[in-house]
Amino acid sequence: MTAFDVVMQQIVNGLVLGSFYALVALGYTMIFGVIKLLNFAHGDLYMVGGFVGFLVLSAISGITGGGWTGVAISMFLSMIAVGCLGVVIERVAYHPMLRAPRLSILITALAVSLVLQNTVLSITHGQYTAFGADFGFGGVNLGNVFITYNQMILVGIAAFLMIGLEVFVSRTQYGRAMRAVAIDKDMCQLMGINVSGVIAVTFLIGSALAAAAGTLAGAYYGSVWYFMGFLIGLKAFTAAVIGGIGSIPGAMLGGLILGFLEAFGTQLPGIGSEWKDVFSFAVLILVLVFKPTGLLGKSEQERM
Amino acid sequence: MSTSGNAVLKLKGIEAGYGRIQALMGIDLEVHEGQIVTLLGANGAGKSTTLKTISGLVRARAGSVEFMGEDITGKNAHQIARSGLVHVPEGRHILRGLSVKENLELGAFTVSDAKLRQTRMQEVFDLFPILGKRQHQDGSLLSGGEQQMLAMGRALMHGPKLLLLDEPSMGLAPKLVLETMRIVKRLNEAGTTILLVEQNARLALRLAHYGYVLESGAIRMKDEAARLQADKSIVQAYLGE
Repeated sequence: MTAFDVVMQQIVNGLVLGSFYALVALGYTMIFGVIKLLNFAHGDLYMVGGFVGFLVLSAISGITGGGWTGVAISMFLSMIAVGCLGVVIERVAYHPMLRAPRLSILITALAVSLVLQNTVLSITHGQYTAFGADFGFGGVNLGNVFITYNQMILVGIAAFLMIGLEVFVSRTQYGRAMRAVAIDKDMCQLMGINVSGVIAVTFLIGSALAAAAGTLAGAYYGSVWYFMGFLIGLKAFTAAVIGGIGSIPGAMLGGLILGFLEAFGTQLPGIGSEWKDVFSFAVLILVLVFKPTGLLGKSEQERM
Repeated sequence: MSTSGNAVLKLKGIEAGYGRIQALMGIDLEVHEGQIVTLLGANGAGKSTTLKTISGLVRARAGSVEFMGEDITGKNAHQIARSGLVHVPEGRHILRGLSVKENLELGAFTVSDAKLRQTRMQEVFDLFPILGKRQHQDGSLLSGGEQQMLAMGRALMHGPKLLLLDEPSMGLAPKLVLETMRIVKRLNEAGTTILLVEQNARLALRLAHYGYVLESGAIRMKDEAARLQADKSIVQAYLGE
């Protein structure tokens, strides 16, 4: 393989990885935006999303087969189910804590994370569960680089979801309300916006995006397990911070940057793939030191 | 008690506070249709708390608030806003990061008819041409006076039946203060009922039909604005001028 081939291959790998990171980071950043909570359970919603996707696919693959039709339907149903789970978690665990000190709600989020992980652990006994997706091995050759249809479809679905979210948030009245709630809740109420409803919808959308990523990842990598959300939760948090926490385009950008960084970083001479987490977290530290507001984040300043 | 119209807003024995601090000690107040009523008093007298209790941001501990004949005590702020009672809070609260136009759009959040929103936005731009020119800028980057226009324009987008204005002239240059008051008068002449909290008591009394003087969370005085204005002792004792 030539250097060009390596670069091409890693661009594809980076896009795939970055899509997962970006989808999960979006929920992280949106939820932080509306209630200033680092939702440490968010990675676990990705995991639950993977399992729900697996269950749906197992149930319907007799009819649809394990191809993209089946995976797309599984993803869609998983998004609905986990989206609702996210809303329930917000109402039951976080909502009563909104006026409590910040640390309390953070600890609540850790507890929710443990509950989700251990529930799935006890059901699955910690086993990897094979995801019944069956894609075939089609693809296109670009020089010596082989790009599978799977990779293209996966990146396409992720892009579709992200563009859809961006249009919703920037063009619709409800999307505007969502941004407004992140800025000034009292003013939103005075404008007739049901703030607690907007918070619920934010959890619905954020959790659904994590579920989409979980199902896609399960299908792409071939298995799901109870601990799969832990590392991606940390990575998504990193991506959100790199992009500027609270910023939706920032989460997308941060996710992609992280994906590319890990894909290309592991190609450096003498550095194997076991180093990829080091790259991500080193960048997190650098961003926190040199640009704590992130690439697209804004500092909090009030004009009198 | 007063010259014109039915009571749009009626407060009876309103008590409210924050934590262990009682800020309002039983407020009775009425605003009649078509009026400008002003609420005067020193800093900390409870003016802003009164407005917040009316609009639902602060819960009343006792007493009742009646708006257009309906008891709205204890309702959520967003429900109260939906019924046409629009509160423009102190400090303007322009949504940072959203454009002037988006700020205005959100003012009409409860208006589902896109055409009506469009018409209202045009009216706001006619009233405040500068907002039309700056519609794509970040609202929080406007000057103080422009932000005040945006805050009022945003309230008008809602189509208010009653407008609560909290210190609209705060922090503005003298020329802009007069401009702001002219706009308040114009809105009132166009039919909007207004409850105005204002630190500039003389100016407020010139504009208003009726006035209340608040001291330590209780109404100390109420009368026709012209009479309050004429009484030098009142102006000196309660308004610090």
